[in-house]
Amino acid sequence: MTLTADLVIATAVAYVGLLFVIAYLGDRQTRRGAASFLRSPFVYTLSISVYCTSWTFYGAVGTAARSGLEFLTIYLGPTLVFVGWWFILRRLVRISHDQRITSIADLLSSRFGKSSRLAVLITVLAVIAIAPYIALQLKAITSSIEAIAGSSEFGRGSLEGWDEVGLAFGVAAGMALFTILFGTRNVDAKEQHHGVVAAIAFEAVIKLTALIAVGIFVVYIGGGMDTIFADAARVGIDVHASNTFGDRWIAMLVLSAAAVICLPRQFQVTVVENSNENHLRTASWAFPAYMLAMSVFTLPIALFGLTFMPVGSNPDMFVLTLPLAQGQDWLALFAFIGGFSSATSMIILESIALSIMVSNHIVVPIMLRLTSGDGIGEGKGVRRLILNARRLSIVLILFLGFGYFYFTRTSDALAPIGLISFTGVAQFLPAILASLFWRDASARAAIAAVAVGFVVWLWSSLMPSFASSSSLVADVLANGPWGIAWLRPQALFGLDGLDPLTHAVFWSLFLNATVLILGSLASNQSALEHVQAALFLNVFRRTSTDAASMTGSATADDLFLVARRVLGHDRAVDLFSEEARIAGTPWSALEPSPAFIRKLERELAGSIGAASAHVMLSKVVSGDSISLEEVMQITDETQQAIEYSQELERTSTQLRATAEKLEQANRQLRRVDLQKDEFLSQVSHEVRTPMTAIRAFSEILLDEPGLDSTSRDRFMTTIHRESLRLTSLLDEILDLSALERGERAWENRRLDAEDTLDQAIRVCDALARQSAMTIRLGPRAERAIVRADPDRLSQVLINLISNAIKYNRAAEPEVEVRSRCQDGTYIIEVEDNGTGIDAAERERIFEKFYRGDHIATAGNAGAGLGLPISREIVARMNGTLELIATARAGACFRVSLPMAEPGARA
Amino acid sequence: MEARGTGGGVLALDVLIAEDEPSILEALDFVLKKAGWTIGSVMDGEVVVDTVRRLRPRMLVLDVMLPKRSGFEVLKQIRADASTAKLPVLVLTAKGQQQDRRVAEELGADIFVTKPYSNVEVVEAVRSLLGDPADKRAGA
Repeated sequence: MTLTADLVIATAVAYVGLLFVIAYLGDRQTRRGAASFLRSPFVYTLSISVYCTSWTFYGAVGTAARSGLEFLTIYLGPTLVFVGWWFILRRLVRISHDQRITSIADLLSSRFGKSSRLAVLITVLAVIAIAPYIALQLKAITSSIEAIAGSSEFGRGSLEGWDEVGLAFGVAAGMALFTILFGTRNVDAKEQHHGVVAAIAFEAVIKLTALIAVGIFVVYIGGGMDTIFADAARVGIDVHASNTFGDRWIAMLVLSAAAVICLPRQFQVTVVENSNENHLRTASWAFPAYMLAMSVFTLPIALFGLTFMPVGSNPDMFVLTLPLAQGQDWLALFAFIGGFSSATSMIILESIALSIMVSNHIVVPIMLRLTSGDGIGEGKGVRRLILNARRLSIVLILFLGFGYFYFTRTSDALAPIGLISFTGVAQFLPAILASLFWRDASARAAIAAVAVGFVVWLWSSLMPSFASSSSLVADVLANGPWGIAWLRPQALFGLDGLDPLTHAVFWSLFLNATVLILGSLASNQSALEHVQAALFLNVFRRTSTDAASMTGSATADDLFLVARRVLGHDRAVDLFSEEARIAGTPWSALEPSPAFIRKLERELAGSIGAASAHVMLSKVVSGDSISLEEVMQITDETQQAIEYSQELERTSTQLRATAEKLEQANRQLRRVDLQKDEFLSQVSHEVRTPMTAIRAFSEILLDEPGLDSTSRDRFMTTIHRESLRLTSLLDEILDLSALERGERAWENRRLDAEDTLDQAIRVCDALARQSAMTIRLGPRAERAIVRADPDRLSQVLINLISNAIKYNRAAEPEVEVRSRCQDGTYIIEVEDNGTGIDAAERERIFEKFYRGDHIATAGNAGAGLGLPISREIVARMNGTLELIATARAGACFRVSLPMAEPGARA
Repeated sequence: MEARGTGGGVLALDVLIAEDEPSILEALDFVLKKAGWTIGSVMDGEVVVDTVRRLRPRMLVLDVMLPKRSGFEVLKQIRADASTAKLPVLVLTAKGQQQDRRVAEELGADIFVTKPYSNVEVVEAVRSLLGDPADKRAGA
């Protein structure tokens, strides 16, 4: 078999046809819901490997041949992202699903307050930045066809008369046609293209297999890895020689890491086409593994080619030319298909992604602006318009790529062209990171930052690539515009001596990030930005749906018209039927709730982007005169009011608690005060009573000189007695007060209480004889050791016995005193045979100044403090004093004291 | 407890004293008799109203702190009964507080005297309530 251009082109067309069949089957299976394998994490991972384009397929070997290990950075960057920054991707996916994000421009526009300007800027930048990349693919395909065509005498076949440019144009046109057929058959609600993804996954397998096949072949004919390395070393090729691990490495790592997030097609496959967040888990190791497999044979192929291919061979084509040189035509054809599939998958996806951005962010907004409020196209106008816009975009994108190819065709290396695109899309990275993690980033700052980065990129990265085709550019490069040296594109602001790539990356990203940060700090966010920023930041915490983005109301008919035009009749009917079913009303009576309008907006956003969906619905929803800003302001104020009132509530709760405590303390104080008043009032009464008698009799004695001596003596005795009563009253008051305060020096010591009792009985004996009564001794304990103050105990006993004597008015008055030890307690009882004390009075007799009625009748009344004092004293000796009921009528007081030596005597 | 009319059974009683402190009662009895009035006395609150109805004294000297029934309760009863409502009452109290004085006035006490009092003060008060010169009788 002889490989000719005709055969190769025929094979390529057949291959494209196969892809089309796969995509068609994939779509059909998905519609049936049967294609579960299409939703597997491995298909997802394979589709992500669209990252590996013909640049990597051919160019990695070229890079390895020219710059040694540098080619690895292109793989290391994405590996770092997928392994280490997995959470960023997860966040992106979650946000995009929640917000129905359709592209990277949509993502940034949505985050920054659904800003149309930002979306347009990102779209334009992306289209321009990707042009070199498309050109790269065209160049790779063209070069590979040329390589095969040039390999034999009749190789050109029907290509005779076509030059490289013509061939590239043909490829571009073919690709445009193919992509239009592939990607713009319908406008999907979620912009997911399962068929395309299936085809891309298939291509991923093809390109990997082809590359590995070539690799194994090369290792086989080279005599093994070791031999290849040894041969290379022998002819003086050192892969470690050139500028390894320098600033260029860092720049390329940054670029490739940024690219795998920012490239429109990567965003499309990784985020938009993602059907399950968990697939990211698999991709986080499988994608790096895929890249590793892609790069295993890069170095052997490069070294083998450098060693054995004729000097001057294009190292970018080694993958193809090595099998050709060895006469392995089938393998070469397979390699060509591998490279071709790398290029087609990239071109298809990239143009689909870009065309979505162009139609959603540029064409639809212009259309919305051109049409009046009520008429938004006719019938299926919007859908057809969108599809046509996309078709046109694809043609434009490929034409731009071709244009770039045309102007830079004299430069032959593939890799630098790719890096120009990488640097361009990396300008999105600061804004993306800010949108994910920085609440205060503002739309104005983001627009300025991306614009600044874009301009620097144009100047220092894109423009220099035209140097070989334009003498003007070459002059600017060498001397700066108008001879201004510090504006030289590759030595901006005097930063000379850096690698041009590093230089461009540094200045563009540095200025970009600086403008973003300073601009955000200096500017304010609009209300919608504020809302969206919160939604993005809290994407993993949010439970309720997003804040109301539409106020006002619309009729179901108006909304249906909009929905049908954008989503298509079937989908619109589905949506409204479901809403009608949920609302439980017939279609005609449906009143769209704000929630439904929100849902509709999200559905529309899935087709035409957040900003356009927002504008479109705003035209239909008859907004109240109140603007969103005002609503936000009201919300903010309400929030502040709520916080303030919560604070007030807290404060007032504290105040209430404090007030309650104060109230309590106050009540207690009042009670104490009342008790004190009561006490003073009683003291006053008790003092005034003897004083009254003393004063009255003194006056009588003074006023009646002629008083008989009997009366005189009698009155003087009364005065004397009342004076004594007064004194003892005051003593008792002081005594009680001291006892209650507990200030009095008090000494409880071990003593025999029987001795104290004997002593008290002896003291009272005289009083008893005076009153003509007897103190009868009952049964006694022989010895009772207690801990007590002897004088105080004696005071209590004398008080009890003398009370029993004084207030006993029985005909034959009698007091019985008895004592015993019982269960570790020493008990003394003093019982009289008087009239006794009423049950009602039993407790009251221990109150201060209380005197039973029986006492009042006795002339020699005390102040009523004796019993309270006695009870207080006994309590201080850890004992009790109580009035107990006995069989007999008289009163019986009992003193109980704990014994210090319980076992002494029972 | 029996009320005693010291001025003889037939003679109308001028003053009934309700006081539980024996020595104060003795002093009052001495002073008022000396001034020429006939005196009766009771020593607890329960019997005051009965004694007033029975002996029909021209006035009552009433201590507030009486056993069994307080002087204020007694006063209330006396004012409530039509037959005794007009009886002049002199209230004696040892508490000497503003509140007691107010309660006494509200209940219809005619004069309020705080212990310890001077004998002259009480005599003058009783004279003003009885409205006659005591010395005239004393001289009789």
